[in-house]
Amino acid sequence: MSKPKSAYSIPGKKQKNDTHVIVVWVDNEAGVLARVVGLFSGRGYNIESLAVAEVDPKLNISRITIVTTGTPQVIEQIKLQLGKLVPVHKVADFMRGDKKIIFKEMALLKIVGNNIKRKKAIKFCKKFNPVVLDKTNKSVVIQITALRREIDTIMNDLKKTGLVSVSRTGAVAMTRGAEIFK
Amino acid sequence: MSKLYSGAEIVFKCLEDQDVEYIFGYPGGAVLPIYDELKNHESIKHILVRHEQGAGHAAEGYARSSGKPGVVLVTSGPGATNAVTALTDAYMDSIPLVCISGQVPTHLIGTDAFQECDTTGITRPCTKHNWLVKDVKDLSKIIHKAFEVATTGRPGPVLVDIPKDIQFQKTKYVNSIKTKKLNGKIHNKFYQSEIDQLVKLMINSSRPILYTGGGVINSGPKASELLRELVSLTGFPITSTLQGLGSYPGDDNQFLGMLGMHGTYEANNAMHDCDLMINIGARFDDRITGKIDEFSPKSKKIHIDIDPSSINKNVKVDLPIVGDVSEVMLSVIKTLKKKNPNFASSNKEKTSKWWEKISEWRSVNSLNFINSDKTIKPQHAIQRLYELTKDKDTYITTEVGQHQMWAAQHYKFNKPNRWMTSGGLGTMGYGLPAAVGVQIAHPDKLVVDIAGEASVLMTIQEMSTAVQYNLPIKIFILNNEYMGMVRQWQELLHEKNYSESYTAALPDFVKLAEAYGCVGIRAKTPDELDEKIKEMINVNKPVIFDCLVDKEENCFPMIPSGKPHNQMLLGPNDQKENKITGKGKTLV
Repeated sequence: MSKPKSAYSIPGKKQKNDTHVIVVWVDNEAGVLARVVGLFSGRGYNIESLAVAEVDPKLNISRITIVTTGTPQVIEQIKLQLGKLVPVHKVADFMRGDKKIIFKEMALLKIVGNNIKRKKAIKFCKKFNPVVLDKTNKSVVIQITALRREIDTIMNDLKKTGLVSVSRTGAVAMTRGAEIFK
Repeated sequence: MSKLYSGAEIVFKCLEDQDVEYIFGYPGGAVLPIYDELKNHESIKHILVRHEQGAGHAAEGYARSSGKPGVVLVTSGPGATNAVTALTDAYMDSIPLVCISGQVPTHLIGTDAFQECDTTGITRPCTKHNWLVKDVKDLSKIIHKAFEVATTGRPGPVLVDIPKDIQFQKTKYVNSIKTKKLNGKIHNKFYQSEIDQLVKLMINSSRPILYTGGGVINSGPKASELLRELVSLTGFPITSTLQGLGSYPGDDNQFLGMLGMHGTYEANNAMHDCDLMINIGARFDDRITGKIDEFSPKSKKIHIDIDPSSINKNVKVDLPIVGDVSEVMLSVIKTLKKKNPNFASSNKEKTSKWWEKISEWRSVNSLNFINSDKTIKPQHAIQRLYELTKDKDTYITTEVGQHQMWAAQHYKFNKPNRWMTSGGLGTMGYGLPAAVGVQIAHPDKLVVDIAGEASVLMTIQEMSTAVQYNLPIKIFILNNEYMGMVRQWQELLHEKNYSESYTAALPDFVKLAEAYGCVGIRAKTPDELDEKIKEMINVNKPVIFDCLVDKEENCFPMIPSGKPHNQMLLGPNDQKENKITGKGKTLV
């Protein structure tokens, strides 16, 4: 008899993981986020980032954007399992890097340091629509919007210019052109 | 102005409008207003259980044997948490349950009040959906919706949590039962092109097999009739999962027996070697597939299921058809008849080699066991029970373990809804309360719980319920003093280290029966078995039957974990090796 000795079978071949962005339209009711998140944790799916807010106050619809990784089979399961939840209206899914889709994440960066460092920091952020939200003679708070990986990079760059605190939203997504999500 | 009703009254008005006849429950502080209202509604009978888990399983037994949703009523806190096992069980086996739980008054929610718990939070992963009622105006809508969610699509449990103050508040009642299908959660959209494709594959196949599951039972009695028609129309061999037993006659020649971990040699080998597998309402559970990578490597796989998320979950299939299995089967039958009216006879030659191969596997007689005239072999006990009860329309429930598998292997079912067993969750203690529910639904039928002595002790208190309502259920205990399946795995996989699987200090089941006010019968030898079983059947009272069986019998055949279908252990009868060590017993 083969090892390991278990009442369950051993895992088979592993497939390649892809990163996907899943957009879910839900009734904005108590516990709905817990249902969605609980489905992910309960079934062992991974959440890289999560952004949620009401988008239609009249119909009480919230839009949840989840960045997740998984094999094609797992992504398919995530979509189908989400679709089964009673408060879920529709589910859309995109590969990260899909040219037809815009992904954006916002970050607030607090820099503490002398004038040179602060200026340098703003310069680093130049590509990502920096907005200075607050400044004192010791500090500056910069808002940027960019891709997840770009923010990862810039955080690394800003370490030497006195980055002390970061706050990031999860990614949100929208289609390019006149089309909307189906 | 229309009349105002209290929340508690609305609960009953909804239940009346849903034609609910029985509710299984246990009172407590947070549901007292609902219990107070019970006396005013004669059409609804309440069955008082002895533990909320029992209420849940009884409702499951009721639902599975009657096809109607089971209704459970429990109090807040421990009442709700005790029901969680039964809800999870119903979720895994797709049984429609509506659980109504009391909750502490709205203003106390979140204060760690007496008997408060986050019921909707706890039951979220084990229900199809649940609701916390925050406004009495929503109550009737929510309860009707709860019934709809529980019974449509792939059925399952739901829970409605009603705070005590809501049960007192008054509002108008609106009957909002909806007849049309809605919310896009009910998937019954398949296309003729898919049916055509399936029929084409069926016509071209020379080694086909039908693999059917609980979905056929859940789809209603019509589905079982259609399945029989489909099988006779095609001449294909058919195998069934544990939950699907009864949808096709167990003694028919085209039926290969149950498949899976303890399935027959012919069913599993046919699954492995087939070129076309048609899965009807089953879900490729790990107890069925064995090693996924080597699961039926040479076949085209078709999956017919009402739940789209069941498709491609464990096994990638070539043609998924999402829909109610009755309707899909109906279309397949129609299309096949149109294309090739004499399919069965014209196809005989094509599949003759396949049937020869199946006969070969059959001749291994994998369910065989060495009988004894000194001790009762558990398989023999089931066979005798079957022979002595097959002429009656008998309903069988089981607990979980070896006895469950022996029951599935040796008791042959001819009709759907006669076999109630906890398959997905594998809940020890399921069978006794389930038998209570089955007997409630079918008061004049013979209901037998095939049990193990370890499982039955988990919910033995429900004997008291059976006595209270004069439910003549028969608890047929295969008593080997071990948690048999645990012992078997320890013998085969853990060097016979029987860690904690022996139950010392078991009760005297005959005396226990008498203490509950029912009848106790004990059978010790094969000679007296038949007489005692007859005695059991003829008693019109609940019976605990203590059948003392061989303590060391193992359940074979068996696919060891991590092995594919064609590497089964055939048990002590296997000529190649007579010692049960698990080594050298694999037949390739």
